[in-house]
Amino acid sequence: MKLIIAIIQPDKLEEVKEELYRVEVNLITVSEVLGHGRQKGIAEVYRGAKETGNLLRKIRLEIAVNDNYVEPTIKAIVKGAKTGETGDGKIFILDLKECVRVRTEERGSPAIG
Amino acid sequence: MNTGDTAWVLMSSALVLLMTPGLAFFYGGMVRKKNILSILMQCFIIMCLVSVWWVMAGYSLSFAPGKGFWGGLAWAGLNGVGLEPYADYAGTIPHQAFMIFQAMFAIITPALIIGAFAERMKFSAFLSIILLWVTFVYAPVCHWVWGIGGWLRNIGALDFAGGTVVHVNAGIAALVTAIIIGKRKNIDKSIPAPHNMPFVALGTGLLWFGWFGFNAGSALAANGLAVNAFVVTNTAAAAAGLSWAIIEWLRNGKPTIFGVCSGAVAGLVAITPAAGYVNVVSAVIIGMLVSVFCFIAVTVIKPKLGYDDSLDAFGVHCVGGIWGALATGLFASKAVNPAGADGLFFGNPHQLLVQFYAVAITLVYSGVVTLVIYKVVDAIIGVRVNEKEEAIGLDLTQHHEKAYTILE
Repeated sequence: MKLIIAIIQPDKLEEVKEELYRVEVNLITVSEVLGHGRQKGIAEVYRGAKETGNLLRKIRLEIAVNDNYVEPTIKAIVKGAKTGETGDGKIFILDLKECVRVRTEERGSPAIG
Repeated sequence: MNTGDTAWVLMSSALVLLMTPGLAFFYGGMVRKKNILSILMQCFIIMCLVSVWWVMAGYSLSFAPGKGFWGGLAWAGLNGVGLEPYADYAGTIPHQAFMIFQAMFAIITPALIIGAFAERMKFSAFLSIILLWVTFVYAPVCHWVWGIGGWLRNIGALDFAGGTVVHVNAGIAALVTAIIIGKRKNIDKSIPAPHNMPFVALGTGLLWFGWFGFNAGSALAANGLAVNAFVVTNTAAAAAGLSWAIIEWLRNGKPTIFGVCSGAVAGLVAITPAAGYVNVVSAVIIGMLVSVFCFIAVTVIKPKLGYDDSLDAFGVHCVGGIWGALATGLFASKAVNPAGADGLFFGNPHQLLVQFYAVAITLVYSGVVTLVIYKVVDAIIGVRVNEKEEAIGLDLTQHHEKAYTILE
């Protein structure tokens, strides 16, 4: 089992979701986050006071999958989020120790999907 | 000179001014949160830009005694527009009171168009288009309908408070702009939900409130006609809000606050040209029906034709305005206003023809000139923001500000 965390551009969320549904990954958690990597934020100016290099809005996806779903999930995210520009995002893949479905108390692989 | 009339017209001017910030919140709530400041900014800069333009040139172009196409520059800089009444427009209030009341109409009219191109226009292009539009579209059309020597006024077209001059005029400009600027990026799969519905409701409340100045103020006196306009305005807005809710309930299973707000605004639009000519029962019918027409326009026709009139400036203002102008030709009655005319239902079918004619002229003239203005500005500075700016949002890319923080 792996936990996939992806940071993508906000306006790419719909396309990524669509690609994920296509490979039957339906369970995702989405949150709004701030960040920047190589891409600098845009300067903000409030009554002449400039704040440089501020953070940009991003979307963070968390997806827990069984091992055989890892590659299709990564491919789907890339397909939906890639433009080739700086700031397209990152995908992190972590080992997932355990997973429990609250309703049934199932554990491990069966609890994920 | 009448002090009561003057007080009412000044108060009405302030009410109409408040409609533009109201509109800013009405529209601002509907866009995505990365673009709300751009909407507020566009509305507020129009208040600044058009106010100055109006006293320097706009009032003269629109209202100076006629030269056919527009009024010319005799009253530029308010030259000769003083504190004594000018009887041809309003005999009991200072000329400048009439001028400042009309200024507020010139402000809100271009602001209505914002809904069509929301979330994707460059700010510099926006300013250029607005300045050209008020000069070459608003001023002439206003002159034709309301100015001394205006030819639509002379053939007897009835437009009490601006159904044609304001709503049809801005509404068709909205449709033209929405079509040529093209759709927003990535909206084919899902139309973005309004980011702040409470703002939409707040804006609607301010619009409804301000509209009493718009319509009842258009009597230009504190008299019975103003009271009639006030009563039918409130009634039509209420009937239309109710009607939209019922339509939604029947068709979609639940009535929505967005629907009630849209309906109320559509009702206010529709009663605008009719407010000084129709009675209260007619107002209920006008209000009930406008929601049917606007609902069809925004939920059936717009998706079918595929243009992205983002906030339905055409679907509500143009469709509602056309219905209001034609309804005036149906329901107008000399029993309400002896200075008006009878409509079709009161034995004068000719009035409906005149109304139709005034609407058609406005649609064609405003549509064509808006297209030319857009093309000129697009050729010189480019109208649309680039894809990246659109993705990040206009607040940050056009104004270096953002409305909401996530941290703190």
